[in-house]
Amino acid sequence: MEAVFSVLVAAFFSAAIYLILSKHSVRMLLGIAILGNAVNLLIFTGGRLTREVPPIIGAGLDSLPAGAANPLPQALILTAIVISFSFFAFLLTLTYRAYQELGTDNTDEMRLAEPKDDPMPPLGY
Amino acid sequence: MATPSSTPVDLSAAFVMAAPTAGDWLVILPPALMITVGAVLVMVRHRIRLHAPIAIASLGFLVFLDMLLLWKVAVEGPVTMTMGRWLPPFGISFTVDVFGALLALVSAIAALAAGIAAASDVNDSGRRYGFYPFLMLLMAGVSGAFLTGDIFNLYVWFEVLLISSFGLLILGSERQQIDGALKYGILNLLGTTFFLIAVAYLYAIFGTLNMADIAMRVGSLQGAPLMTLSALFVLAFAMKAAAFPVNFWLPASYHTPRITVSALFGGLLTKVGIYALMRVMIMLFPLQREELSLVIGIVAVLTMVLSAIGMLAQNDLRRLVGYAVIAGIGNMLAGVAIGSLAGVSGAIFYALHSIIAMTALYLVVGRAAAISGSWTLEGGGGIYRLAPGFAFLSLAMLLAVAGLPPFSGLWPKIMLVKASLDIGAWWLAAGILVSGFLSTIALGRVFLFAYWRPQAAQTPDAPYGPSAMDWPSLGPIIGLTLLVTAFGLFPEGVIRLSETAAAGLLDPSRYIGSVFATGGAP
Repeated sequence: MEAVFSVLVAAFFSAAIYLILSKHSVRMLLGIAILGNAVNLLIFTGGRLTREVPPIIGAGLDSLPAGAANPLPQALILTAIVISFSFFAFLLTLTYRAYQELGTDNTDEMRLAEPKDDPMPPLGY
Repeated sequence: MATPSSTPVDLSAAFVMAAPTAGDWLVILPPALMITVGAVLVMVRHRIRLHAPIAIASLGFLVFLDMLLLWKVAVEGPVTMTMGRWLPPFGISFTVDVFGALLALVSAIAALAAGIAAASDVNDSGRRYGFYPFLMLLMAGVSGAFLTGDIFNLYVWFEVLLISSFGLLILGSERQQIDGALKYGILNLLGTTFFLIAVAYLYAIFGTLNMADIAMRVGSLQGAPLMTLSALFVLAFAMKAAAFPVNFWLPASYHTPRITVSALFGGLLTKVGIYALMRVMIMLFPLQREELSLVIGIVAVLTMVLSAIGMLAQNDLRRLVGYAVIAGIGNMLAGVAIGSLAGVSGAIFYALHSIIAMTALYLVVGRAAAISGSWTLEGGGGIYRLAPGFAFLSLAMLLAVAGLPPFSGLWPKIMLVKASLDIGAWWLAAGILVSGFLSTIALGRVFLFAYWRPQAAQTPDAPYGPSAMDWPSLGPIIGLTLLVTAFGLFPEGVIRLSETAAAGLLDPSRYIGSVFATGGAP
């Protein structure tokens, strides 16, 4: 089970990295969305995968049954999903604004903050 | 209907039974206070006159709380409070040692200075968009990151401060800011995602997220891929701290927002990255740090020297200060690469100095531009004639950042150079000295062109014209300059505290002892 998930995580990561290496901000955003999901799957896989044994202590028992699912990764993923979703929403708005204001989605052409023809500092009095 | 258990449950096996003392509450109060005040400010967001007084008062209270906390941990050793009464490592622990408390105190001081400066720098529309609530939440993130003892919780605080920094960065929505914020946002989000990936692997390897628990188990672990894990952590934190090959987001964005926001960012954000790097690499993975020390050392030298060259090439004062922030990061990384007690305490002292000095330098540059009417070396000038008193303060700050006596930049550099010569890393010492020399030239040139030279006859390009004495902008500069001078003239206290902090990182037994009072995990 873990092996299958590892391959899946690897596929997610490769797609994300490929998209983030693009110069166009929309593709980078799609890459970031996939990257967030890749990490969530990674946490899920890292926390041991088992099936059909919920982490609930039955009546009259003192401890979890053997091979119970690990609930902690799900708490971690929940946190990570909330965070990555809010960041994605913010960056999506920002990219749209950048497209409106700067007239391009190509990051090579976004040179407003660091202009190409920035003058040298004065060399003498 | 739950059936009653046959045996009575022994609560003390899972819970902290003793009620937390008033002193324990100090551990959680700084982030709790900041979040609460942030929420209150959001509620009164239309009554912008209330924002500045409430925020400045609570930042003052934060400084007071952090002082108490530092005093407590300096006297008693590390203090732990675990959320929800769960016994560690099951609950999220907040563990404060001298290292965390020192950085929390100094960043609260820097934030207080920025909060006061904002009273004159951030206009009504900036306040309506929420400058002060964002400032409070940013400080919640920064304090939380310095005080937490749980590595996933550290990630959460990183995100809290990151999202508040986005809000601050685009305040005003100018075209330049949107350009800078896009690069800052994407690269920083990637950096924290790397951190999260590393945390996922760490959890898979150790099965715990409590830092004290990890520090305890790391020695007895056989055959785990700890080198890969450490390399990932180094990459993630180097990205957050703006170390050389992954630092391009900083010069792209730090000069675009209002100068108070730049001051906050330059003082605080990169230092949180350095803090996390030191906490993880020195306390949790000392053997792996030893293995990676050559890589970290090379990165440190490249960061220092290249950013000093970057300083020489800048015409815009704000961008010049941005490169000065990166040069400081190189010095702290050198301390991490050395790894001895002297090296680590030098790096800690440098971090404290850098938080104060970088905040102050951005504020100085902002006021200089307000007086001369230009952000550039080319267009500015004449400040020495227009405002001699302020020129004197600026000279003090420029010398402090360059690392010249009698200011606080000198001592950590001496400690770092001596520590690197002690372990025979002459190239590291040479890097620190060359970078210091180049920065001195660049900062000296600032004084030459922007202060001594007569004012260039040119149309002003800075956002606001010359102003008379206004205390909200001058007060913080005076206060921070006094602090930097005091640290420079009487460094013994800070050096002693830095050494205690470094010793606590290198030998975490007291840190572990404070989390697991009984001496081991159940």
